[in-house]
Amino acid sequence: MPQSVIQIKDLHVAFGDNYVLRGVDLDLYKGENLVVLGRSGTGKSVLIKMLVGLLKPDSGSVTVLNEDVMALDSIELDKLRLKVGFSFQNSALYDSMTVRENLEFPLVRNVRNLTRSEIDRQVEEALDNVGLKQAINQVPSELSGGQRKRIGIARTLILKPEIMLYDEPTAGLDPITCTEINSLINEVQERNGASSIIITHDLTCAKTVGDRVAMLFDGQFQRMGTFDEVFATDDERVQQFYHYNFTESK
Amino acid sequence: MNPPSPTTERPLLSKRLDDILLSLYNVFTFIGRFFREVVLPPYEGREIIRQCYEVGVRSLPLISLTGFITGIVFTNQSRPSLSQFGATSWLPSLVSIALVRAIGPLVTSLIAAGRVGSNIGAELSSMRVTEQIDAMEVSATNPFKFLVVSRVLATTFMIPVLTMYAIAVGLLGSFLNVSSSEATSLQSFISEVFNTITFLDIFSSVIKSVVFGFTIGMVGCYQGYNSSKGTEGVGKAANASVVTSMFLVFVEELLALQIVGAIRDM
Repeated sequence: MPQSVIQIKDLHVAFGDNYVLRGVDLDLYKGENLVVLGRSGTGKSVLIKMLVGLLKPDSGSVTVLNEDVMALDSIELDKLRLKVGFSFQNSALYDSMTVRENLEFPLVRNVRNLTRSEIDRQVEEALDNVGLKQAINQVPSELSGGQRKRIGIARTLILKPEIMLYDEPTAGLDPITCTEINSLINEVQERNGASSIIITHDLTCAKTVGDRVAMLFDGQFQRMGTFDEVFATDDERVQQFYHYNFTESK
Repeated sequence: MNPPSPTTERPLLSKRLDDILLSLYNVFTFIGRFFREVVLPPYEGREIIRQCYEVGVRSLPLISLTGFITGIVFTNQSRPSLSQFGATSWLPSLVSIALVRAIGPLVTSLIAAGRVGSNIGAELSSMRVTEQIDAMEVSATNPFKFLVVSRVLATTFMIPVLTMYAIAVGLLGSFLNVSSSEATSLQSFISEVFNTITFLDIFSSVIKSVVFGFTIGMVGCYQGYNSSKGTEGVGKAANASVVTSMFLVFVEELLALQIVGAIRDM
């Protein structure tokens, strides 16, 4: 049986009267890409923010790399966060810093005794991996949406995380850039052996990168399996999602 | 299993009063966290220096201009009243007392509230809505220490420095105005100034500026760090930073006036 790197059990989250997650169970296995699909506002982003302690659930348990996230103190949580990369929906690049400084930021703060040349080498290597070495001295406002996304992923990968969490990696991008981002996600899986959760409502992305797909409806995973297994159903909500998505993309 | 019940408790007093008390609790928690984080390692030395540069050096042109003009205007406006009593020779004393005791710290702090406070509020708020603060947190960096502690320390250190500078520039403006109409040397002007102002005047001015600086930094950071509601929140945070810190600076000035007055009477 494959080793589980993330285990979510009976997770409940509500914001006031709004129940977002109602008893979510999920396992992410080592080395796999798991795509979480669902309509906007169904709690997909909330779910992955729980995994790094940015949000706390009302009940349930979250175990990441055998650590109970809710039971960790801030120092232990920081240690865990170094093993989990988080790529934000809007890239979340630091506006006041250049691309080089953005990539250096997590590195110099978390890896001790690095020489200047070693930092430069790692930054250049990370940029090379996402094909944006030439952007090293630019500031985020000078970059396109796709470039910002790739720099955001490079900044996350510089610490060589064991798990990657992608929040809407292809949202708002043109189809060609989407394809590039999808390839990058697959490369990360192959090159780093990272396990990933990819939050999206882009079915092309789900089909391209997902080893497994989980569909979130009404605060629970209603369907889970390979892409074809998930959509081999008469469930109207699933079919509606499928047809609407592909009609829209055409 | 049934989902947990959402937090829809009835207000304890009234909704508005509950909100006010909750806001006060949040403010004091924020201030308490600042004092906890400021003493705990790691220390963000480089970021503190960078923020000191942002607050101090980048405010110099505006502080120079306002300080200089304030000195000229105050001297010019005071001259007619003093000349009625043939006491224009008291101008250096009058201007130095006014600048050191009240106008210097107040003008500098109000300028800083407008320039620095709004900048901090807008910057942190923008970082909040674009998830940059979350990104810092997930990369195992304490955003409170990096963003809030460094900025509050920078305003607390630099506003007293700017205040002393503004007083000096104001006195220069005053001297130029005095010397344009009276035969006064710079040496006698300075001598008159230092004969008038006391250690308590300077000490209270510095302490007041420290408090004003802390207030401006803290208000800007609180508004920005706890911002929400997307881009609308950025404007609101910047606006609230300026309005709240200016209001608090005036309240603190009033309190300082009473305290220093009581010390002077002792």
